Amino acid sequence: MSVDHLIAASLCGFAKLLTGVRALWLGSEPVARTRVYFANHRSHGDFVLIWASLPPALRQRTRPVAGADYWLTSPLRRFLINRVFHGVTIDRRPDRQGPNPVEQMGAALVAGDSLILFPEGTRNLGEGLLPFKSGLYHLARAHPEAELVPVWIENLGRVMPKGSVIPVPLLCTLSFGPPLAPIAGENRADFLGRARDALLALAPPPD
Amino acid sequence: MDTTRDLISVFGGIFALLTVASLIGAGLKWRLSPAAAHPVIDNLNTRIKAWWAMILLIGAAIWAGKGGVIALFAFISFQSLREFISLTHTRLGDHRALLWVFFVFLPLQYTLIAIDWYGLFAILIPVYAFLLLPISAALGADTTRFLERAAKVQWGLMICVYCLSHVPALLTLDIPGYAGRNALLVVFLVLTVQSSDVFQYVWGKLLGRRRLSPAISPSKTVEGLVGGVLSSTAVGAALWWITPFTPLQAGLIALVANIMGFFGGFVLSAIKRDRGVKDWGAMIEGHGGMLDRVDSLSFSAPIFFHIVRYWWA
Repeated sequence: MSVDHLIAASLCGFAKLLTGVRALWLGSEPVARTRVYFANHRSHGDFVLIWASLPPALRQRTRPVAGADYWLTSPLRRFLINRVFHGVTIDRRPDRQGPNPVEQMGAALVAGDSLILFPEGTRNLGEGLLPFKSGLYHLARAHPEAELVPVWIENLGRVMPKGSVIPVPLLCTLSFGPPLAPIAGENRADFLGRARDALLALAPPPD
Repeated sequence: MDTTRDLISVFGGIFALLTVASLIGAGLKWRLSPAAAHPVIDNLNTRIKAWWAMILLIGAAIWAGKGGVIALFAFISFQSLREFISLTHTRLGDHRALLWVFFVFLPLQYTLIAIDWYGLFAILIPVYAFLLLPISAALGADTTRFLERAAKVQWGLMICVYCLSHVPALLTLDIPGYAGRNALLVVFLVLTVQSSDVFQYVWGKLLGRRRLSPAISPSKTVEGLVGGVLSSTAVGAALWWITPFTPLQAGLIALVANIMGFFGGFVLSAIKRDRGVKDWGAMIEGHGGMLDRVDSLSFSAPIFFHIVRYWWA
């Protein structure tokens, strides 16, 4: 086992211990298919938790999509996202010069990997969901073979909110919903609205 | 008056009962549904299996001594509190208060038992946490549903830490003529209250007809309640020889503890119902979460502690 694998395994173990994470498969199963897991985003630990609750065989072939502006700015982060998590780092700026994010994500899907994507585009500090960015729509259109699985992450935003150093050991639940039906001629706004509703449907009722 | 011998007798008795229960469970499975899944019997068998684990854990803690019992209940508090706060609405501004709750007040409360400082043990959470936590939350500068959030955090701390910590606190009581035997009081309380839960379940399944309060808990019945409380009161009376009580006193005290225990489960069911969940968690297979298992203990422990402290210590 390489050092990278060891670090990955121990981070997963730590995340599981801290959050007691429970994965509920509600309408989809943990099987080896090319998938885009799309989830709500409250904490930097979000993809680690999704990653940790997948069976190890699937975990090897599942790559988080991460913002280059955060993850490539220090040697430690760069090491983690590239070597440990095998992330697809994308440039989120509208005036970027480099590769197109949708093409980068598509290349990973073509290679047979699955993706973890946060379509809100940034961490949401409030309740509910922010409007979705259009990347998910373009990706779904270019790759109809990939299953789009919504994943609601409950409580991690409270365990480690933005700006906090010490985590609160609350219990987290991940709800994996049924895959989104294919897109077939749907326009962007309708598709994104449908994807957002599918994700919100997995959230516990507001109190 | 040999404590070790009494502990061995009691635990030996429990193991014998669990063996009988396991045999009955296996027999029912074999007679009624050997191949297919049977929800009630399968759940019964997972519950019995979990009981083995829980009894062995309590036995090991008592065998390890005062430190073991304190550590066990500190862990139970920690897990219950996690389950409680996880299902409670808090906001970003509560983060620091929650850190205080988990990493200062919980360990401190159990440390006070270890160093036998009753004066502070009794007021740490009802006074100091009560005043300090809302200050911390207010410094979070978020007024949305402020009083509600502060109240919920305090409530969770009271139920999951303050009340439960009265179980190991029994070890600190100085009871004339009972020195060195306090661990048996812990056994007495845990056994009567937990057996009340078991008997309520059994009587409810066997005879349960009239729903007690469908709005709060669909599975609780009048027959289950009466049969359960009476049976476990009899268990308490029969255990008088491990306590400083007479048989009559032991029965009465067990009755009080069981009634409080019943209402503990009842009150926490009301919260679960409001939150739209059936269980607090999924930690103990067949039982739900930790808090599902100890809700009755949380409500009965402080009262039992006070009765013993006032009249016997």
